[in-house]
Amino acid sequence: MIVIDVVSGFFASIGRSVLGLLAATGRLAIFAGLIVSHLVRPPFYFGELGRQLMRIGYFSLPVVGLTTLFTGAALALQIYAGGARFSAETVVPSIVAIGIVRELGPVLGGLMVAGRVSSSIAAEIGTMRVTEQIDALSTLSTDPIKYLVLPRVLAATLALPVLVLIGDVIGVMGGYLVGTARLGFNPANYIRNTLDFLEVGDVTSGLWKAATFGFIIGLMGCFHGYNSGRGAQGVGQATTNAVVTASVLILAANYVLTEAFF
Amino acid sequence: MAETPRIELLDLHKAFGENRVLAGVNLKVMPGESVVIIGGSGTGKSVTLKCILGLLLHDRGEIRIDGAPVERIDRRAFLRNFGMLFQGGALFDSLPVWRNVSFRLLQARKPLSRTQAHSLAVAKLGRVGLGPEVADRYPAELSGGMQKRVGLARAIATDPALIFFDEPTAGLDPIMAGVINDLIRELVEEMGATAVTITHDMTTVRTVADHVAMLHGGVVRWAGPVEDMDGCGDPYVDQFIHGRAAGPIAAIR
Repeated sequence: MIVIDVVSGFFASIGRSVLGLLAATGRLAIFAGLIVSHLVRPPFYFGELGRQLMRIGYFSLPVVGLTTLFTGAALALQIYAGGARFSAETVVPSIVAIGIVRELGPVLGGLMVAGRVSSSIAAEIGTMRVTEQIDALSTLSTDPIKYLVLPRVLAATLALPVLVLIGDVIGVMGGYLVGTARLGFNPANYIRNTLDFLEVGDVTSGLWKAATFGFIIGLMGCFHGYNSGRGAQGVGQATTNAVVTASVLILAANYVLTEAFF
Repeated sequence: MAETPRIELLDLHKAFGENRVLAGVNLKVMPGESVVIIGGSGTGKSVTLKCILGLLLHDRGEIRIDGAPVERIDRRAFLRNFGMLFQGGALFDSLPVWRNVSFRLLQARKPLSRTQAHSLAVAKLGRVGLGPEVADRYPAELSGGMQKRVGLARAIATDPALIFFDEPTAGLDPIMAGVINDLIRELVEEMGATAVTITHDMTTVRTVADHVAMLHGGVVRWAGPVEDMDGCGDPYVDQFIHGRAAGPIAAIR
């Protein structure tokens, strides 16, 4: 009897977790659908969108720039060390460029922005929820999804490709600096090798990834903030959940998109 | 013919999981009347207001606005003529005070210009006893009493016909609470608005109310004119208004 209770309790706990996951997925899908539906329905808050573009895009530039700069530099050293084993040191410029543009720029940029922006959006909207500011918006004839959520999600989706594009250039520059100053590459040859082997598809696939990651970052920040629990603990939990889910979804989406662009 | 209530709650039920907060609330608020809902913490006062506003969906029963079920009314039109003072002020931290006060008018389909909105905000702030210098500050730079007044100015910015006040004196010192109570009474009389206030502050009840309804156990325990409250003979109301620990309402809930 005890064994049956333990076994049924075990399966019940799995069932509850699965149901919880499905319910959360459903709520997220409805939330995302609501955001998208507001894209085509006026009024539009362009001022809010502009403010969020500055906050999410412009102010994330140093983080993304530094991340890709050091990543490009380290990548050049690693590829040189690996390539030297079979006398293929000359591939450093092209592999740094392809690695940064196709993979590391969007993924590391996305993860850094997820840490910076998802958390801040979740904390801000969560605090607004806890302090009844979201209820106040509704009573002031303003749809909170349209006024708060849509500008943030849209700004993240639009800003991330631009950030990643700039990050790509800086990342390649990181490789160039190490390649020319430390590994003895000729500057002109390094640039020529970079440009010769890089294709338009490499860049565009990275930018599509960046736009998807931007959407995920905005969506997760807003979703967890909007559904934040009560009090400081609820807001703290929402912030953590936003960063964790955004980061995991970015990595999962990266695999799916890489398969698609492969 | 009898006048149609501005707001009517019929057998309103609302539960959160196992917790039955409203278990058949019946209440009428007549036009131009100031009704105060009293009751202990957790008796469902705020839930009642949020159900009326559609911020929470009720489980059972009916809410009527001007005789029409709330599901069928034009929500936009209803909200255009509505103002609310939230318990904590609920001012938008990221906006200066003047934009908080004139928020609705700046977001309207035909918005006011910034100059007009600023002037209107300064006028409304003056009406609640705040000087024009407050207009350009941010909510975080104001004291609790000033934030409440800004919230009040925002609630009356469009001279609404219906105003809700959620614990208007919570967290204020007695003098500031008295100022807010007097302001609410003045504004309601001056604008001829219908007002619903929820509070457990008896000074607010006596200053603001025409009618009082006491919520307890998920239902309206007693309702009547404020002048009948002291002699109503209901032991729950009696215990509550005198703040006694002994009585039918358990002190520890």
